[in-house]
Amino acid sequence: MIEGARWKKWVFFYIPMAFFLLFLLFPFYWMVITAVRPDGELYRPWNAVNYNPFWTTQPTWEHVRHLFEETLFATWMWNTMFIALVSTVISLVCGVFAGYALARLNFRFAGSLGTGIFITYLVPQTLLFIPLAEIIRNYRLGDTPWALILTYPTFLIPFCTWLMMGYFKAVPKELEECARIDGASRWQAMLYIIIPVAIPGILSAGIFAFTLSWNEFIYALVFVSSPEAKTVPVGVTSELIRGDVFFWGPLMAGALLGSIPVAIAYSFFVEHYVAGLTGSVKG
Amino acid sequence: MAQVVLKDINKLYGSVHAVKDVNLQISDKEFVVLVGPSGCGKTTTLRMIAGLEAISSGDISIDGHVVNDLAPRDRDIAMVFQNYALYPHMSVFDNMAFGLKMRKFDRREIAKRVKEAADILGIGELLKRKPRQLSGGQRQRVALGRAIVRHPRVFLFDEPLSNLDAKLRVQMRVELKKLHHRLGTTAVYVTHDQVEAMTLGDRVVVMKDGVVQQVGDPLDLYNRPANRFVAGFIGSPAMNFATVTIVDGSGQLTAKSGGLEIEVPAPHIERLRPHIGRQLTIGIRPEDLHIAGDADAAGLTFSSRVEVVEQLGSEVLLDVRVGDDTMVAAVDPGVRAKTQDTLRLAVNPGRLHFFDVQNEKAI
Repeated sequence: MIEGARWKKWVFFYIPMAFFLLFLLFPFYWMVITAVRPDGELYRPWNAVNYNPFWTTQPTWEHVRHLFEETLFATWMWNTMFIALVSTVISLVCGVFAGYALARLNFRFAGSLGTGIFITYLVPQTLLFIPLAEIIRNYRLGDTPWALILTYPTFLIPFCTWLMMGYFKAVPKELEECARIDGASRWQAMLYIIIPVAIPGILSAGIFAFTLSWNEFIYALVFVSSPEAKTVPVGVTSELIRGDVFFWGPLMAGALLGSIPVAIAYSFFVEHYVAGLTGSVKG
Repeated sequence: MAQVVLKDINKLYGSVHAVKDVNLQISDKEFVVLVGPSGCGKTTTLRMIAGLEAISSGDISIDGHVVNDLAPRDRDIAMVFQNYALYPHMSVFDNMAFGLKMRKFDRREIAKRVKEAADILGIGELLKRKPRQLSGGQRQRVALGRAIVRHPRVFLFDEPLSNLDAKLRVQMRVELKKLHHRLGTTAVYVTHDQVEAMTLGDRVVVMKDGVVQQVGDPLDLYNRPANRFVAGFIGSPAMNFATVTIVDGSGQLTAKSGGLEIEVPAPHIERLRPHIGRQLTIGIRPEDLHIAGDADAAGLTFSSRVEVVEQLGSEVLLDVRVGDDTMVAAVDPGVRAKTQDTLRLAVNPGRLHFFDVQNEKAI
């Protein structure tokens, strides 16, 4: 913290902090206000007498109602939730085991394999979706949730593996050695000691993976086409933007409702999540 | 009941030869300390006994059975680590019970043994706490408790006291010794601290660069170091060394250097005779020097100039210059010496050590 006179605290801490907050939170505010603003206000020209972009006097649930009654929003939410959860679980299981192996088992090429896995994460999705589309078609998975559940791990597993590898490396080796002397096999030592200790790391990897798959757009856009199989990001943008007509109210209501689960996940695990990123294991 | 035998143990990491031909027999109930500077192979040796490192060549046996290929958990040993390695997500009780649970002891037996160990170590109150709620000394006790509940055949200690502050270290050292008397379990203890080695060990193994330099009981190492390294390593402050030439003056041998001229006392004469005219390293412990008085034979005294005076209360350490060499003398605390004083120091007869200049072996 900054020591000294009170004005210093204001100039160097509170005021910059306020700017940051304003800057970061404004888009969310805009989203909320647009979601509850009646169409009459939304499409009012900027030079009208009662033009007031930052506030509304007649908040309405009209757009939310539109979302649930006129579109398949509830189905999209369910799809997204299901796909994100299953692909996160798959990726976490693989990532935890692979990360442990890379961090702890001293086999040849462990280092280069780790780097290799990281590089696959760097291959852009915009490049990968073309060959993946071919695979999806060959296995007749198109237009099903499995098209996404099985393709998301292509970027989630490298990500989880890399994160978990870093975390496992920070866990003192002696914990495991001690467990093995105490009578545990390598598996038991991992199950009873290393994984419980790595929970913060696993949680942060899980939250990240969940968020990444929740927000994923390109694969969802390409591999799924029927409205009832879509995810929230694709559903909202494809059904609520018709040509050059933007249904701003329902769009923002969809964005708002779509970000709530992620926000809940973050706030619920925020402490673990910070510990996971800073990799702290206290002895 | 456990005897541990190391036979021609070697450890290679790629081209690095970390442990070379170590042979050691540890008897039942013995407390053996491996001591040496960092990187001397002592921890690697301990880890090989534990089964945490593979042995490159040689045999380790416990009670006559070769354990080379046994997993750590099948060796019936317990180890205490430098950083304690307490399981952070488990309570003290669960930490201590883990080994027993893994071995499928029944609940009542586990509770009984944990309580017993906790009582011995005075941590009965802490059983419900998590490791992070404990002080360094308490963590140390839990780590010990975790080892003793198992009633293993051998205890292995890897610098268990190095993370404690000086006062606590001394206290835990005494407790460890008591614990060993009480339990009588064979123990192998690794440390870099020669004081710990001297005070704890029934026998001490001094290692350097992966090679065992000397094995012996603490007094043996102190009084009859096998080479210059052991002589300098054991004892605090460290032994003084100077290069001298052995001169024959009609039967009486004299060790001469720039500022030193000491008549070789009788016990050494026969051993030094073959070295007349050659250079040797003379070793004198600081505590074997004192201010020369009337009782000291003139041939055992020499003149020195005081450079630094360190008053410790129980003794005074004088850093002195003798010709081109510097030495430390631990003298009576009553001595009032000042920097730049010239003092005559005397050597306790029979307390001289001589080493070969080339191979550094004791003569």
